[in-house]
Amino acid sequence: MKLSRALLYLVLGLFAVYYLLPVYVLVVTSLKSFAEVNLYQMWSPPRSFSLESFRRALFGGLGYHGLAPNLKNSFLLVIPATLASAFLGSLNGYVFARWRFRGANTLFTLALFGMFIPYQSVLIPLVQTLRALGLYGTIPGLILTHVIYGIPITTLIFRNYYATVPKELVEAARIDGAGLLGVYRRIMLPLSLPGFAVVLIWQFTSIWNDFLFAVTIAQNPAVQPITVALNNLAGSYIVEWNVQMAGALLAALPTLLVYIFLGRYFMRGLLAGSLKG
Amino acid sequence: MWLKRRREQLLSILLVLPSLLALFAFVYGFIGWTGYVSFSNWNRLVPDYTFVGWTNYERLFQNPRFLITLRNLGVFTGVFVGGSIVLGFLLAVLLDRRIRAEGFFRTVYLYPLALSFIVTGVVWRWLLNPGSPQMGSAGVNQLLEMLGLGFLKSGWYTDPRVGIISVAVAAVWQMSGYVMAMYLAGLRGIPEELREAARVDGASELGIYRFVVLPLLRPITFGALIVLGHISLKVYDLVVAMTGPGPGFSCDVPAYFMWEITFRANRFGQGAGVAVILLLIVSLLIVPYLRLSLRREVEV
Repeated sequence: MKLSRALLYLVLGLFAVYYLLPVYVLVVTSLKSFAEVNLYQMWSPPRSFSLESFRRALFGGLGYHGLAPNLKNSFLLVIPATLASAFLGSLNGYVFARWRFRGANTLFTLALFGMFIPYQSVLIPLVQTLRALGLYGTIPGLILTHVIYGIPITTLIFRNYYATVPKELVEAARIDGAGLLGVYRRIMLPLSLPGFAVVLIWQFTSIWNDFLFAVTIAQNPAVQPITVALNNLAGSYIVEWNVQMAGALLAALPTLLVYIFLGRYFMRGLLAGSLKG
Repeated sequence: MWLKRRREQLLSILLVLPSLLALFAFVYGFIGWTGYVSFSNWNRLVPDYTFVGWTNYERLFQNPRFLITLRNLGVFTGVFVGGSIVLGFLLAVLLDRRIRAEGFFRTVYLYPLALSFIVTGVVWRWLLNPGSPQMGSAGVNQLLEMLGLGFLKSGWYTDPRVGIISVAVAAVWQMSGYVMAMYLAGLRGIPEELREAARVDGASELGIYRFVVLPLLRPITFGALIVLGHISLKVYDLVVAMTGPGPGFSCDVPAYFMWEITFRANRFGQGAGVAVILLLIVSLLIVPYLRLSLRREVEV
């Protein structure tokens, strides 16, 4: 028995190594100096400790720009888009959870379809529409896009969440004379902090990590979010590998921190993504 | 009272209407618009909505590159979905044995999910760099050699026969933890008494999994197939960051081809055609699923 337990932990440990190896390479490569970076010594630890590649990844080097402005763009995009979609999702989720009318489920299902479509099938009209609105190539245009295509998932998470609020609470507030909005403001909103945590984290992660909308709508270097800029940096032959790895680490850091510190809520969003409330 | 009910109904419609209208316009309106473009003559920068029938689709199916992307999509989906389900299930079963430090292992297996596919692509391009005949193996190949698994070495994305599989290897690394989390939640939902009863009846540990656990986990497997399947069919970012189209388009997929042909080559009509075909493929998976969950909700 003892032996099989040890074997079990050994196997689990080996899998842990497998999942951590790429991050190991990211970290050691980004701590190396350019002279030390070598395809054939990828796995060896750095001989000296240098933060130079992070400085270059942030502020640029000979012939390329740094990622610092793009990190800023990403925050300018992600914060308003996340807040707006959480707010909309909470309103919609409330209405769909409380309100039983004929066809509500069909309407809801039709809305859910929007979160599964390949966005390639809307890109051409999206670009045309944003152009007509004067929002093409701007961060507000990208925000609008993320808020609209975020409606299905945020509505779903909030609807499932509000469905668990006991009917008695709502009834009691109604007897006190609260209307539709009164119930929302006095009962639902204060109770929905965990729901907000799930939705905010979910949207933060998926908008931060988005590439397709960003590369289609925000091609101009001045408004590029981090994912697009990182891809350009990594695709350029003049940029050293240690700088590319430092850039990748910088791009990954915000969502990784969210995951490490708020993992519980992250998990709930994940499971909601598979339609299990 | 009646009047108040009516007023509240009206108010709730007003609350959801603006965002739902926007969503339906951006989903169904735009899909219709894309469909229309796919039948138009718009194959240069300036829009041209002249109707040309099936011409764009005919061109696409005569284009070897498009046919290669469809085949690659099939291979990618098989390797990625199959690999993630097997690995995720294995991890969940291992973790479900009252492991000390379970939280640590779970966190480690799941964190790649928080990363962007671009980051994953940048790292795996470096890891799967095969090295060169003169200088020897690099990255993963070097690791395999050191472990005595040299027969597993491969040219990865530089080898046209392996191309798309190397993209799937990175995707499995990123998504298998998600499957693990789903199965683990499912395993926790199976009462211990059920397994105990099977044990009393003389079932072996393997038999318990085969006849008790797996059938009870079927809804989870189904959910995981849907989620992974639609992610797989839409794969785009990972290809961009990791390989691009690859030698002989061996790493190319429809979502990537659509973007290139539309926004680089300005053949909007054909790009819209690829988008419509991709949407149809995804719908084959998603529409039955949504209809099923709709019916289940109405019953409840």
